[in-house]
Amino acid sequence: MAVYKLKTPISEEEIRKLNVNDVLYVSGTMVTARDQAHRRALEYFKQEKPLPINLEGLAVFHCGPIMKKEGEKWFVVAAGPTTSTRMDIFEDEFIKSFKVRVIIGKGGMGNRTTEAMAKYGAVYGAFTGGAAILAAKAIKSVKSVEWLDLGMPEAMWILEVEEFGPLTVAIDSHGNNLFEDVKRKVEENRQKIYQKFGLSP
Amino acid sequence: METVNIVENVAFNLLKQAVIYLPEDVKQALQKAYAEETSEAGKTQLKAILDNVELAEKYQAPICQDTGTIIFYVKAGAEAKNLDKIEEALIKATRRATVEVPLRPNSVNPFTQKNSGDNTGRLIPYVNWEIVLGDSIELTVMPKGGGSENVCISGMLVPGEGIKGLKKFVVDAVLKAGAKPCPPNILGVGIGGGSDIAMKIAKKALLRPLNVPNSDPEIARLEKEILEAVNMTGIGPMGLGGKTTVLGVNINYAYRHPASYPAAVAFNCWAARRATARIGADRKVEYLTHKVE
Ligand code: SF4
Repeated sequence: MAVYKLKTPISEEEIRKLNVNDVLYVSGTMVTARDQAHRRALEYFKQEKPLPINLEGLAVFHCGPIMKKEGEKWFVVAAGPTTSTRMDIFEDEFIKSFKVRVIIGKGGMGNRTTEAMAKYGAVYGAFTGGAAILAAKAIKSVKSVEWLDLGMPEAMWILEVEEFGPLTVAIDSHGNNLFEDVKRKVEENRQKIYQKFGLSP
Repeated sequence: METVNIVENVAFNLLKQAVIYLPEDVKQALQKAYAEETSEAGKTQLKAILDNVELAEKYQAPICQDTGTIIFYVKAGAEAKNLDKIEEALIKATRRATVEVPLRPNSVNPFTQKNSGDNTGRLIPYVNWEIVLGDSIELTVMPKGGGSENVCISGMLVPGEGIKGLKKFVVDAVLKAGAKPCPPNILGVGIGGGSDIAMKIAKKALLRPLNVPNSDPEIARLEKEILEAVNMTGIGPMGLGGKTTVLGVNINYAYRHPASYPAAVAFNCWAARRATARIGADRKVEYLTHKVE
């Protein structure tokens, strides 16, 4: 297990050094995106419309934050990760189109995303579910908000972060998926538990 | 001050304490899990949880963005006064806590999908009543997270399979839940009564501190055995692998109908929040789970 501290924009070469189980901290620019922001970004891409921000080398956070506006400035109240599997249907195209390098969320992602990460060079960083204060404290400022018409949780929040983490690299750019590995082992353990505790039918 | 106002104030304080400070027994269990966890990813996650718990205390902010559905347990002394005013006081306290702590608005009309915005609505906050001897009122609040609630399960087991069937039911529930309920979890297991009763007592079992063993040694042994079994799954903290999937198993039971074996598993996440206080007839307030300045 190695610990990496990377600053955006992150290059493909840098991200390919990471392996599952490594710990990653990200500094620089991170944008939030849930289902709707993913969908809109991909529509823009299809129509060759530029995004509000160039996402190449940046980190994307699956998060619907609670924000507060004081005067003209936005502040983060809470910003924990949301379940990533909902974004599985968009993420391969998203990685391919925008060359983001780090996807952050909880619960892991599936095969399509894993393949895209291997092909185009990106990783999935698992952030601790519920750890909203840890996340909020690493967010130094809200640079801007785009697509607020989607609602506060679904909008694209552009954030300045400092050592955002710890992120467990759960999918690397070499085709490894820690959540899938764990699931396989857990399935094997099922039989062992049934046997040891006399639960077999 | 009027008793009703005291109840409102105490309930507000309990809500605030509960969402900011984890109970000491849960914190200790997490620390112990961190010391003993051997999986690297699991250890990283437990460390992040402990850091988050510490930051929440330091900044007086909720430990998790999901401050849950608000559930109260009231032990009302049969001779206590103004019991008819308590529910109103609890609703007011919930509204105030939503603004002042703040809590995330988590109360949605299931038909219109409209969020009430203040954590109240029909039957919410939910109040569980129990009448006890004496003239004091004991209030407990349990802000219950949605992610762990989503994997709670109840079922009707085959009576002939007895405890063996029960063990398998709990193990299967944990295997099915996987990473979803933000493990490590605490399990409340309810047996008997009927399908509603089993879930109700399962959830109530979550109120028992992790360092208080079951008063029945046979059931205490069963709790240990199930704990060992579910921690063999290897799901680990946040489902990233490891030996800490569950911090504790608390069993609660009622007698059952000869033909049925109702069972329920209530999941709590690592953010296992609860707080209790007692209000005496002399209006003296004693906080039982948290220290207040
Ligand atoms: S399951 Fe618990 S820890 Fe996870 S997000 Fe929900 S309330 Fe927070």
